[in-house]
Amino acid sequence: MRRRTIYRHKLLPYLLLAPQLAITLVFFFWPAGQAIYQSLLIQDPFGLRTQFVWFENFQAILSAPRYLESVRVTLVFSTSVTLLAMAPALLLAVMADQVVRGATGYRTLLVWPYAIAPAVAAVLWLFIFHPSIGQVGQGLRALGIPWDYRINGDQALWLVIFVSAWKQVSYNFLFFLAGLQSIPKTIVEAAAIDGASSNRRFWRVIFPLLSPTTFFLLIVNIIYAFFDTFGVIHALTQGGPGRATTTLMYRVYRDGWINLDLGGSSAQSVILMTAVILLTVVQFRYIERRVHY
Amino acid sequence: MTIGQNRWLPHVVLLLGVVVFVFPIYLVFVGSTHDTATIARGQMPLTMGPHLVDNYRQALESGEGARVRGTPALTLMRNSFIVAVVIVVGKISISLLSAFAVVFFEFPLRMPFFWMIFITLMLPVEVRIVPTYAVVANLGLVDTFAGLTIPLIASATATLLFRQFFLTIPDELVDASQIDGAGPMRFFWSVLLPLSGTNIAALSVIMFIYGWNQYLWPLLITTSRGMETIVMGIVKMIGTADAQTDWNLLMAVAVLALLPPVLIVLVMQRWFVKGLVDAEK
Repeated sequence: MRRRTIYRHKLLPYLLLAPQLAITLVFFFWPAGQAIYQSLLIQDPFGLRTQFVWFENFQAILSAPRYLESVRVTLVFSTSVTLLAMAPALLLAVMADQVVRGATGYRTLLVWPYAIAPAVAAVLWLFIFHPSIGQVGQGLRALGIPWDYRINGDQALWLVIFVSAWKQVSYNFLFFLAGLQSIPKTIVEAAAIDGASSNRRFWRVIFPLLSPTTFFLLIVNIIYAFFDTFGVIHALTQGGPGRATTTLMYRVYRDGWINLDLGGSSAQSVILMTAVILLTVVQFRYIERRVHY
Repeated sequence: MTIGQNRWLPHVVLLLGVVVFVFPIYLVFVGSTHDTATIARGQMPLTMGPHLVDNYRQALESGEGARVRGTPALTLMRNSFIVAVVIVVGKISISLLSAFAVVFFEFPLRMPFFWMIFITLMLPVEVRIVPTYAVVANLGLVDTFAGLTIPLIASATATLLFRQFFLTIPDELVDASQIDGAGPMRFFWSVLLPLSGTNIAALSVIMFIYGWNQYLWPLLITTSRGMETIVMGIVKMIGTADAQTDWNLLMAVAVLALLPPVLIVLVMQRWFVKGLVDAEK
């Protein structure tokens, strides 16, 4: 990555970097450091007394049944969102790749949900799944299903999964379509000449060639499900009923912001930061590898 | 033809997909043309009602329904627009400058600084909301546009993208400008910036959507109604009980909240796709 021609200035490069570095230090590194520091403290809610407790906060969190419950909710939530956002996107992309005419038209009609904020997507579906005024909500009740996501925890979880996945399909669709279009047509034709059925061609030839895209999207979707779905949960269920839709991310918000448990919330932040770092490292290690082959 | 024994299957599946994505928007639009009572009775028809103009005027100008006090959508949209534009301009300017420094200069601590920017990818605001809020509060930036935007302006993604692009610029171009007597800043303005046009356009689309759609951060930072953005304003309009929601206004504001970013994606689709794909590389 070295260039041959380089400017030599003592001060200028630092001035150019200053704005970005200043924001990074003040709003990223300092708060992250604070989170780590506070995760080792216990403070009363008025901030009058603090006590250094080493890893007591972590111990308390990891042994609390409620935290483990959020871990379970998060696992169910992110696995379902990832699957539900990726499988239909792949199907649609495969279909769009086969369409000779009107492919760009379909792309236009399918990409725009990317632009909708998760919280706004929640409002759209609230209007449809609302038990007393929503078209689908009423329909379900008319069929004898006691649909009310405000009371029934499983239904609430299902709803936030559905809305979160709905919003992410267009993103996955774009990447799958780009991936499919970069597969050389000759390879697929060769398989066809060898007599492979279209089903077999897909699973034996196209799907393996698509695996870099699939793996990349897998990581992106997990990160999305972990952190970007706050708006959906906050607008629809606020983590309830009970704690049925309280994910780890929502818990950090509730414990730190609503319940003002600084030590506990900071310890949770540290745990989540570790998760993001792991995911990002996996993502970049893999991308390095893809560049080399 | 290589694939496809069935010519119609792809169209059927794709149309089904389109319906799943377009139908909710259609219903919400229909909802924004009826009055609250019709919707609250659960008897909304699937066709447009007569209250389109009334609802939108009420939402834009006062935001006050029969049941909930809201903020005028005009104010909400103005705030969202300011936040989004400041974030776009801020992210792109500081990222251009830092990528320029990292690629075209040789100086002590170059790589540590680059890594510092890179690592911010791993520290999203969402996982450290309380300490970040404390910093903003200490700086006296709560409930200001500065507090809403500056913490979101640092951008590892944009810096990486511009760095990648700058590395492809041939050395001869730099040599030529040096022979012509141009200093580094002149080179930046007259050569580098014009060459980056497409990348800037592509990133702007992505960043605008990112800025407009912010939710958690404005929720924490704004304390007065006059500073609310539309995405958080709309969620505040959802009443806790059925009888407390002005559904017609809520739906009108929902349409107003999703229209600007959706229009930008549709109009600038080419740049949007490029920006999205490049930014994730």
